[in-house]
Amino acid sequence: MDLLGFARGPALAVAVVVFVLGTVWRLWGVLSRPRMPDLSPAREGVPSNLQGALRNILRGMWPRKEFGAAPLVATVNGYVFHIGLALVFFGYAPHIAFIRRLTGLSWPALPDLVMYLAAGATIIALLLALGARLTSPVRRKISIADDWITWTITFLPVITGMAVITEPSAIVLARDHAVYRGPLAVHLLTLELLLIWFPFGKLMHAFLFAFSRGATGMRFSHRGVKL
Amino acid sequence: MNTAVSATKAFDQQGSLSDEQRVDAAMGSFVSEFGVTASLHMESCVRCGLCADACHFHIATGDAKYTPIYKLEPFRRAYLREASPLAPLIRALGLVRKPRIEDLQQWQELLYDSCTMCGRCTLACPMGIDIAELVKEARHGMFKAGLVPDRLALMDRTARQWGSTATPGEDLPDILAEVAKEHGVAIPCNLERADILVTAAPAELGEHTKALADAAKILNRTGVKWTMHQAGFDASNVGFNNGDLELQEKLTRALVDTAVKIGANTVLLPECGHAYGAARWEAAKWYGQALPVRIIHMTEFLDELIASKQIRVNKIGETATFHDPCQIVRRGGLEAAARRVLAALGFELIELQDHGLTGFCCGGGGGVVSNPRAAPLRRQAFEMKQQQVEATGAKHFVTSCGQCRITLEMGAQQTQWNKPTESLLELVADNLA
Repeated sequence: MDLLGFARGPALAVAVVVFVLGTVWRLWGVLSRPRMPDLSPAREGVPSNLQGALRNILRGMWPRKEFGAAPLVATVNGYVFHIGLALVFFGYAPHIAFIRRLTGLSWPALPDLVMYLAAGATIIALLLALGARLTSPVRRKISIADDWITWTITFLPVITGMAVITEPSAIVLARDHAVYRGPLAVHLLTLELLLIWFPFGKLMHAFLFAFSRGATGMRFSHRGVKL
Repeated sequence: MNTAVSATKAFDQQGSLSDEQRVDAAMGSFVSEFGVTASLHMESCVRCGLCADACHFHIATGDAKYTPIYKLEPFRRAYLREASPLAPLIRALGLVRKPRIEDLQQWQELLYDSCTMCGRCTLACPMGIDIAELVKEARHGMFKAGLVPDRLALMDRTARQWGSTATPGEDLPDILAEVAKEHGVAIPCNLERADILVTAAPAELGEHTKALADAAKILNRTGVKWTMHQAGFDASNVGFNNGDLELQEKLTRALVDTAVKIGANTVLLPECGHAYGAARWEAAKWYGQALPVRIIHMTEFLDELIASKQIRVNKIGETATFHDPCQIVRRGGLEAAARRVLAALGFELIELQDHGLTGFCCGGGGGVVSNPRAAPLRRQAFEMKQQQVEATGAKHFVTSCGQCRITLEMGAQQTQWNKPTESLLELVADNLA
């Protein structure tokens, strides 16, 4: 078994198991903490708890204008790399082929040009995010190892993926074997590293954000505060 | 997090616990706070730092140590080591250091001097983390450790003994008699039966007696049967601010139990923000069930009286701007009620640049106004408010919280700013038709 065989076989299996079990473990561990119900009477006429939670989940998608330009810039930059990563992962034809081999699921791919633009924008946005963390006194003050590890682990699959691309995806998919086995293995291993790290660091915010915003939405909605 | 350069060494401590006992007391309390909501909020931070853009103390100083989430660093460590799903792994690998006594001593300034628990940061957090609530929960541990500012500790001891920071209960009838005489208004005290139990903030028994007399004037106009009572009269609840849960419960129970004893169906809170937070939203947790009485803030009481035409007010017809007290508006939901009362008074309201949910704190909430050590920082925050008020050009500057009013009056005095902070209650009383 060469490195690509290892990456496609046991390494992928381990990564997926760690990702799934770790994510379930962490979510269960948090959601099973003691509940402290709010026994105060809700303000008259307020929406239900569920509506309050859903409203705040949506409200949190965009910063309030009152907080100025900095949150807006950070948010837009965040959207660029979140959407860029999603487009590249789910829209690039070789990725869809990879997922089809694993799960049997597939969907139409996006054009290569869109993928290249998305990957380029993602890389720039990630570098800007890193620059902000390195230069902002606030972010330097509050940053912990998780922030640096997570940034690196997010950046690696993008940059190694770009390194593998030497020809249009149609030509890649027309072959029945991989040409650049070493670089492809490295790319796949960086993705597996991301899956393994996911439950242990702040990548978990992909799931936690909804619960966190929802809890605050319920608390404030109960009081009649329109967030 | 970079903790090498952190808070100054300004701290006080109380009691005779050893350093180790203090840390254990704090850690034990911290861990008891981690229910599902606090845990979700501890887990969700991505350290974007956007909360700093919302904090008046950070904006006023530019100092990164005032970043709201940073104020929770010992609390975060306690969570990760003792309560998080990864806690066994974290402890086994030594990934997160247990807070030391030096950490807790240093963070006293960040938790008490430079946080008013105003919750503006909560609105800025893209993860929806209620940082203000977490600070309040962290204060519980600091109090257990005997690590609160001395002035707050002194107030705490007074309130434990007297049931109020202002006066012992047995002196209340005499004080009320004096206020009644001075302002020419009847103030019933210790009635055996009444429909409304009226409570006060400590300042209303001292420098703000007009507010108390004005509340009496309005209540007397309605014809409702009401009383104040020496068994439960101080609603400000210093335990809520200090992190003293035992005191918070004692003061809360004094109000609710007294109301039940005299057959009241309503506890009327004064113009005090933290009184509203402590009684309206937290009182029920001490009883384990919905309360048998309604708890209502003076602002919503005035709003209801005007709406139901139980009182009528003359129109003033001048311009006014309004300072939104954080616990009443941002964390209390009474933004519209205050504005309806202002409208009834005929004010042309000119809003502050930052108002309503995102209005800036007065800088003195959460006990900061009572903490002399925080005075320089408080003044910097005040200057931001001052500039916004000046920019409106409004003739009147109104608020509905006595603590905010004291903070703003102190700021005005220090800066020789000739702009009185007016009480919404007093304006209503002065303009009864």
